[in-house]
Amino acid sequence: MEPVSSFPLFTIVFSLFSGVLCFLLRGRIAKHYTIVYELVLIGMVTAVLLYTVKNGMAFTYTMGEFSAPWGNEIRAGVLESVMALLFMVVMFCSVAAGHRFVNMDIDESKINLYYAELNLMTAALMSIIWTNDIFSGYVFVEILTLTSCGILIVRELGRTTLAAVRYMILNLLGSGLFLLGVVLLYTMTGHLLMEPMQRTIASLSWNPDVMPTLIMAVGILTIGLSIKSGLFPFHYWMPDTYGWATPTSAAILSSLVSKAYIFLLFKIYYRAIGINVFERMPIRNILLVLGICGIIAGSWSAIRSNNINRMVAFSSAAQIGYIYMGLGLGGISGYTAALFHILVHAITKSQLFLTTPHLAEVSGESLLFKELQGSGRRNRDAGVFFTISALSMIGIPIFAGFSSKLLFGQAAMGHGNKKLILVMLALAVSSMLNALYFIRTVIRIYTDDPRNHVKTRHRPDYIPSMLVLTGCNLFLGLFSWVTAGLIQTGLSMFG
Amino acid sequence: MKEWFTRWLNGDLELLEHVSDASEIPDSPREELKTKRKEFRQRIYDRPDMDSIIRAEQKGFLAIYHTIAIISCVVLIGVLLFTVAHLPRYGEENPYTMEVVERYVEHGVEETGAVNIVAGMILDYRAFDTLGESHVLFTALVCVMILLKLDKKTIRGGYLDSYYTVKQDTYFDVSKDTIIRLAGTVLVPCIVLFGIYVLLNGQNGPGGGFSGGAIMGAALIMFATAFGFDRMDRVFTEKVLSLTVFFSLSFYCFAKGYVFFTGANGLDNHIPKGIPGAILSGGLILPLDIAVGMVVACTMYGFYSLFKRGSIGGA
Repeated sequence: MEPVSSFPLFTIVFSLFSGVLCFLLRGRIAKHYTIVYELVLIGMVTAVLLYTVKNGMAFTYTMGEFSAPWGNEIRAGVLESVMALLFMVVMFCSVAAGHRFVNMDIDESKINLYYAELNLMTAALMSIIWTNDIFSGYVFVEILTLTSCGILIVRELGRTTLAAVRYMILNLLGSGLFLLGVVLLYTMTGHLLMEPMQRTIASLSWNPDVMPTLIMAVGILTIGLSIKSGLFPFHYWMPDTYGWATPTSAAILSSLVSKAYIFLLFKIYYRAIGINVFERMPIRNILLVLGICGIIAGSWSAIRSNNINRMVAFSSAAQIGYIYMGLGLGGISGYTAALFHILVHAITKSQLFLTTPHLAEVSGESLLFKELQGSGRRNRDAGVFFTISALSMIGIPIFAGFSSKLLFGQAAMGHGNKKLILVMLALAVSSMLNALYFIRTVIRIYTDDPRNHVKTRHRPDYIPSMLVLTGCNLFLGLFSWVTAGLIQTGLSMFG
Repeated sequence: MKEWFTRWLNGDLELLEHVSDASEIPDSPREELKTKRKEFRQRIYDRPDMDSIIRAEQKGFLAIYHTIAIISCVVLIGVLLFTVAHLPRYGEENPYTMEVVERYVEHGVEETGAVNIVAGMILDYRAFDTLGESHVLFTALVCVMILLKLDKKTIRGGYLDSYYTVKQDTYFDVSKDTIIRLAGTVLVPCIVLFGIYVLLNGQNGPGGGFSGGAIMGAALIMFATAFGFDRMDRVFTEKVLSLTVFFSLSFYCFAKGYVFFTGANGLDNHIPKGIPGAILSGGLILPLDIAVGMVVACTMYGFYSLFKRGSIGGA
């Protein structure tokens, strides 16, 4: 085998080792180490992406000497590599842009623990992306759950502790249901690896006695992962969780952690259950309806909130709704739209969460709207970056949000009247609501304020990573066909 | 002897003089507690941000909440019972179900060199899962350290006064108690020995890293309880804990990474399997068990110490 094919393994082992190493290092050194090592990981993942695109096929990598149904396996295709590359870029930018706030928010003796958690989280994210085995998926979901609580409580405010407790309870409920689903699937098929499981389920699914049980198993698993990713009725943990965490944590939690759960769910649908079997189940329609409810409910709560971080967090609930709507629509175009929106949302939301603290910094450390007046003039860079990502969220052309809305519209075109009208209405209403609360914020931060005449100084250390994120945003907006084409190639070698 | 007995009978003998007596601190009368609780509740309800919650409670929110909770529990129970009742009979309706199990049972010993098939399964066939699982424990340790380790911020926040009062510490400190000391002297070496036995025999019988480590961790906790943290701190500082965890886990990581790498590339990994049943058998299983055992023991003691006093190995 070529050396590149070992890179997925290296990303996992290297991240686990870095987590343990940062536990030992001092805070400052741990930070520098983390930044360097994440650059190395970006390089590795890019190499895997280029390799799979060049070869035009995915490869599986046996973990150990025992082959497919007996040992563990990881697998890398174009889709996985695109996801991994995006995750690493967002992770790197969040760490590089937010480290000053990390130093301010976290006690000096615990900074190395924070970076240890981040590196373990990277390992979990990479494993969830590469894994070809649903039980390995569960193990790393556990690590992801624990680390996400860890990077929340590290700020040691009353509110983050409260939010972390709530987040932990809901997450554990989700993990429990997910494990139950995995156990039921294992009992039915006798396999944990995705390909043999899909083969068995394909033969089982024609048995009318087994199909209800299968639907139950997949349903329980879906509920578990949708609690963890924040689908509509379960989205109320979001505002406190994202709103009070240190900016790096908020960016990572909202743009990577919830997306990893969705990607794992999609992977299970597509590779472990088999997309043909899954499309015969009613779960798809439920996801569609809940996704649309989430879009409306999230936007509505965002309009009502008076705190900028809570507004952005509620907008996350709406965006998660979009992704589930795409999964519910089904078909290659629907999945492409959903996966494309994962990328768009990860980039845009992390940028929003990384700029709001800078706006707050020049407004007396307050995130309330009335205090933020004119902050875009006091800190011009942060204002510009916030506006760019807000426009992208609304869906203005040339920005990424527009392309994903276009893809959702195209996906809806392929369906009957009922779904077409439902999705188009949801898109129209939600775009309007998005515009309502984001334009309100942009107007607010550019309204003149007496405080603007006082010169304020701010450090531009976060600008390079913001430029990277903006570049990705424009790339996804202007050249959406490149990424959408990559996702479609990935999907064709996914099944 | 008779005199002692008489004194004991009369209740004059002070046998438990080292243990502080709980009855010395009088409990507050019931009424006082009630009013205190009421006052505390009122203080919460007086906060302006509680208005919406109070209003919701007045509208009968709690009744709806409980009804929905009960209904969803009942529905979930029904659904799960239905699912279990309709599961296909194991190994009958589906020819593939036994494929993996058969291989583990029939060829497990010769392929992994471990008599204990479970150890062979978790540390050889499905070693990637266990690699993650051993890091779950480490992640938990880091989370607990973040939450409970006393730092400047916690001390400044005044948490120290309310939680770590001197009174509480002496109240629960049993390290001067003769009975516990004697029991510790006798039991700790035995528990450690038993833990090592379980740890080293993971490949040949029930046991292995997780269980052996847990037993050794229990011994460490017992020692700290019986002889006080001062003695423990002379040997087991935070530096020792972090170095042990670091070396164990990075050994685990790299050893398994090496096996995965050679296995996937079809190379020979040059790790002797040994004769099944001997203590040095099962390839990497024994060293990995030792590494996991170290991590588990350190984590368990770390948890105890952090929960008890907010630091590992003294401030």
